[in-house]
Amino acid sequence: MDELANVLGSIVSNATPLVIASIGETITERVGVVNLSLDGSIALAAMVGFVTAYASGSAVLGILAGMIAAMLIALLIAVANIRLKQDQVAVGFVLTLLAADLAQFLGQGYTRVPGPTVPTVRIPVLADLPLLGQMLFNHNLLVYLSFFLIFGMWFLMYRTRYGLELRAVGERPATAFARGANVSRVRYLYTAVGGLLIGLAGASYALAIKPGWANPPVMRGDGWIALAIVIFGGWHPFRVAFGAYLFTGLRALASVIQQSTDLPLVLVNAVPWVLMILTLLMVSSGTVERLLRVTPKRLQGALRNVLRSKPPAALGAQFERE
Amino acid sequence: MSVELREIHKTFGPVHANDGISLRLEDGRIYGILGENGAGKSTLMKILSGFYLADAGQIVIDGRVTHYDTPLGAIRAGIGMLQQDPLDVAPFSVLENFVYGYPGGALPDWSAARARFRELDERFSFGLNPDAYVEQLTIGQRQQLEILRLIALGVRVLILDEPTTGISAEQKEVLFNALKRLAHQDGLTVLFVSHKLEDVLDLCDAAAVLRQGKLIGTVDLPVTTGQLVAMMFGQELSPAARVDAPLGQVVLETRRLTLVGPRVTVQNLDFQLRAGEVVGLAGLDGSGQELLMRACVGLLRPQGGQIIIKGTPCEGLPYRAFLAQNVGFGAAGRLEEGLVSGLTLMEHFALTDPTQGGWIDWERARRLTEERIRHYNIYGRPDSPVETLSGGNQQRVLMALMPDHPCLLVLEHPTRGLDVESARWIWEQLLARRQEGTAILFTSADLEEIVTYSDRILVFYAGQVTEVPDSRTTTVDELGHLIGGHRLERETHA
Amino acid sequence: MNAPGPFALRRFMGVALALGAVIVSLLLTALVILAVGASPGEVFQKVWEGIGFLPQGGLDAGRFAGVVNFWIPLALVSTGLLITFTAGLWNIGVEGQMMFGAVFASWIAREVMLPGPLLVTVELIAAAFGGALWAALVGLLKTRGGVHEIFGGVALNNLANIFAIYLISAPWQPPEGGSAHSTPPFRSEALLVPMEGFPVSLAALALVVVGFLVVAIALRGTRWGLELKAIGKSDRSALLLGVATHRNAVLALAACGALAGLAGGFRVLFTYASLRPLVSGGIGFLGLLVVLLTGTRAVWVPPVSFFFAAILAGSTRLKIALQLDQSLAGVVQGILVLLVILSNGVRGRLRSVAVPPARSAGASPAPQPSAEEVAHG
Repeated sequence: MDELANVLGSIVSNATPLVIASIGETITERVGVVNLSLDGSIALAAMVGFVTAYASGSAVLGILAGMIAAMLIALLIAVANIRLKQDQVAVGFVLTLLAADLAQFLGQGYTRVPGPTVPTVRIPVLADLPLLGQMLFNHNLLVYLSFFLIFGMWFLMYRTRYGLELRAVGERPATAFARGANVSRVRYLYTAVGGLLIGLAGASYALAIKPGWANPPVMRGDGWIALAIVIFGGWHPFRVAFGAYLFTGLRALASVIQQSTDLPLVLVNAVPWVLMILTLLMVSSGTVERLLRVTPKRLQGALRNVLRSKPPAALGAQFERE
Repeated sequence: MSVELREIHKTFGPVHANDGISLRLEDGRIYGILGENGAGKSTLMKILSGFYLADAGQIVIDGRVTHYDTPLGAIRAGIGMLQQDPLDVAPFSVLENFVYGYPGGALPDWSAARARFRELDERFSFGLNPDAYVEQLTIGQRQQLEILRLIALGVRVLILDEPTTGISAEQKEVLFNALKRLAHQDGLTVLFVSHKLEDVLDLCDAAAVLRQGKLIGTVDLPVTTGQLVAMMFGQELSPAARVDAPLGQVVLETRRLTLVGPRVTVQNLDFQLRAGEVVGLAGLDGSGQELLMRACVGLLRPQGGQIIIKGTPCEGLPYRAFLAQNVGFGAAGRLEEGLVSGLTLMEHFALTDPTQGGWIDWERARRLTEERIRHYNIYGRPDSPVETLSGGNQQRVLMALMPDHPCLLVLEHPTRGLDVESARWIWEQLLARRQEGTAILFTSADLEEIVTYSDRILVFYAGQVTEVPDSRTTTVDELGHLIGGHRLERETHA
Repeated sequence: MNAPGPFALRRFMGVALALGAVIVSLLLTALVILAVGASPGEVFQKVWEGIGFLPQGGLDAGRFAGVVNFWIPLALVSTGLLITFTAGLWNIGVEGQMMFGAVFASWIAREVMLPGPLLVTVELIAAAFGGALWAALVGLLKTRGGVHEIFGGVALNNLANIFAIYLISAPWQPPEGGSAHSTPPFRSEALLVPMEGFPVSLAALALVVVGFLVVAIALRGTRWGLELKAIGKSDRSALLLGVATHRNAVLALAACGALAGLAGGFRVLFTYASLRPLVSGGIGFLGLLVVLLTGTRAVWVPPVSFFFAAILAGSTRLKIALQLDQSLAGVVQGILVLLVILSNGVRGRLRSVAVPPARSAGASPAPQPSAEEVAHG
């Protein structure tokens, strides 16, 4: 039982940067912007965060620096798309390469160097609960922060007036405009918020989950996974978070299976990518939508938002006031 | 609240959409804003409701010149507009949509909003469910929601843009009752924008007629249809002459056809279409007629049954196989589903010319394009990118791209958004093809068009298909009731 | 997009902006270099030398050959990407297609016994086939599975590399044990032969030229090229006009994959004479950057890819001479492309004519599940 709790706990902990990055990208895509630079942004934020923390001795400063770095990249995409009317995907792609190269180049003096980390806090009483205690309540502070983020993002999107506005901007900007929203400003704002969260994810790699900076960075590739998880999660914070935890769990499972059998190590590395393809296949085959139709009528209303799989209708589109 | 428009001007490029329009509106009255497509009524209303900015002119409310440049500003001034495709958010619930845009703090008061919604809904007897999702509603219901929302925001001038297209006769009655109540009891000013004379004569207290960007005049109703027609068109219009075409073989046949769509299922449909016949499909949006249209060209795979084109079973075959059977398809969205924005006219013709081989003979393509431009009277050059053409010309290009002598033409909304001249030209072409033996299957939200041109009419309601007995003598009103699900008792004369 | 003003002025503006972008990117790169405490002047000098320019004038044949040997695979890949770009596809999977081509070529090199020139021909055909196969898989995932080609490409890139690593570290290990960084070198008959005095393979150069001409002509003059263009502008309308959109998408990807496979084959049969992990060397992604700069204007592909190849070749000196990471090449290339894209936007705003955003197929990588679409043929 203890063993299981430990394993679950480590899954929760390892999944945290992926959760944070996916939630950040969710809100960005909800207002209609795709931040394809995710992978590079995470690497750059990790490097910036680590170097800042190392130089200043403060993990908090490092986190802030990483967040700002990723936010700037996200804003660059937003400006290029909204103001300069260039293709989000093109700019995002160039930035993912550029940010990763910048991270590698600027970080070259800081590999294999120990730096400050975010402390782990064991919550009394709650951490003594069987199974759940070790799984949820004995983590570093960033993990707890991610719990708040999941819930907070849901609350923002579905319970507040801001949520109505941001969802409208991503679904039908013409309506949002008619109801008084400044569509461009909303897009900038939530792209920046998404960028901050992506930076937080990157920093949490380097300062908590996998401390330090390496070349090439260990988390390379997780940004693309986050993009796929957003799709799998139907752009809903709960389902996205679930997807991130599930993904990390399956990865851990693959690792366990490989260690106890004779299968070559490389196969474990293949698992995330095969999973990515499978989840996307599943989403576009309409499996989840069919699930919605099968649920009892009474639950359908409540579950409708969580089980929706259609992307925000205005994702990637330009909005021109006539 | 009195509203006055003074000398409103608006141009889009070379088009002078609004040319010095001055109009005075009093409260408590329903005004019909009449004019053909392209006359400028939508533009004027969008200026009044804050979606467009006038190039010149003033809006005067209660004697004071008022400025606003966004729809929200117009709402604050008391003016709100219901667009033809209501501006709502599909994944929202009815209640969320009702609340969004209502001023307030970060956390909406859901229970107060719910109470307010119920109160208004009961007042107009709309019968909307606040917990339904907007994507589940019909256009008529979405209109009702938007009206409730605008009333809740306190508008004193309510503009409705072509609201009766695509709704059933029952929904129209409910709408008209609500509008009469709003104007005559609550003192609002209602502007009813339409090109349909009967609706305006039925509902409105006065009419303002626009033609080619100018205000021709305003009249108190009732007046005769003829008078309004004269103002709208400048002359009496003779209806298009209907000539019977000889009927030939069965071109399209469905047997026990079952189609499953996102909202509705059509089951076990047996249907035949002969060469030289025009069949119109009528129904509220989402009633199933779109499914039949798309299945008949191979864009929708049937769940059961057969589709037989000229004797060959074709169900399950891809779209290209249907094209090979000499079937032509015209989708509703000209640029989204038919013309490739970014390609020139010549490139379009090179692409669809069956005589072009692996290597493109550009000279031949150019000659073909020029010939088609002449024949179809297209205002454009072979090197013109297709998106630079006007809507009417784009429709001509689409016609020109279709096979020359198709056995079957399947057309979605063939004249949507076109001015009367272009619409008539399209039907001239279609009827000419019909004379040559083409079978035509079409759908339209304009019941007038269906009644005028169809030899037979099929009515779709919630997936059920019924044929209108004796389609030649049916009226728009009767059809309006049928698409709303009513079975009409026809009087038979001995 | 018809700007007012004489044609000559527009041409001038275009060139001026391009030069401006180059200069600004060099300046920004200099800042980046300063940030790690190195000297921009030294760096630029080393890169200049790395390209082959000698201080006394003239070219060092060996170093310049290095540029050409980067140019060959880059030009092949970029030419292939012209095809997918015309069709509106984002073939990010091009790296994996290079890897798969490399793997196939390596397999032939290891297993098949044939006289030299014949062996090389078979290897190259296998390389093209391998790349085409891997690309077709991306295409099928997209057309049959609704998986956007960006995701399919990224996943298959990683899977291809993992597969290569597996081969290198297990079945293709020599019995006495070897390195995880590379297979043992291939025998000399299996390799592409350099010319006398100038270490460049004539056969490979010929492939580049022929490939480019074939693709450029095909895109302009054939029906297939016109169909791809239509798909790229509006695949929905193209379908309704009778174009076999799905089939053409897969074919376009396969054609690009074939060229990418050839590039991968070149890398293992000439540059490295063995198979290594990530032997594609980022050249696939670089090709995407090239095509982002050139758009569908094929004639610019050879010179732009040459320019990027020069930067790449020059920067290989940095590690040895100055202990600086080679990623600097990626930095300057990325900044350059970014600036060009942004300046396109600025130019559009200055004209105050709305510039339609550069089109990418489907505008977003999210899947568009459509229950109603039947086989597109």
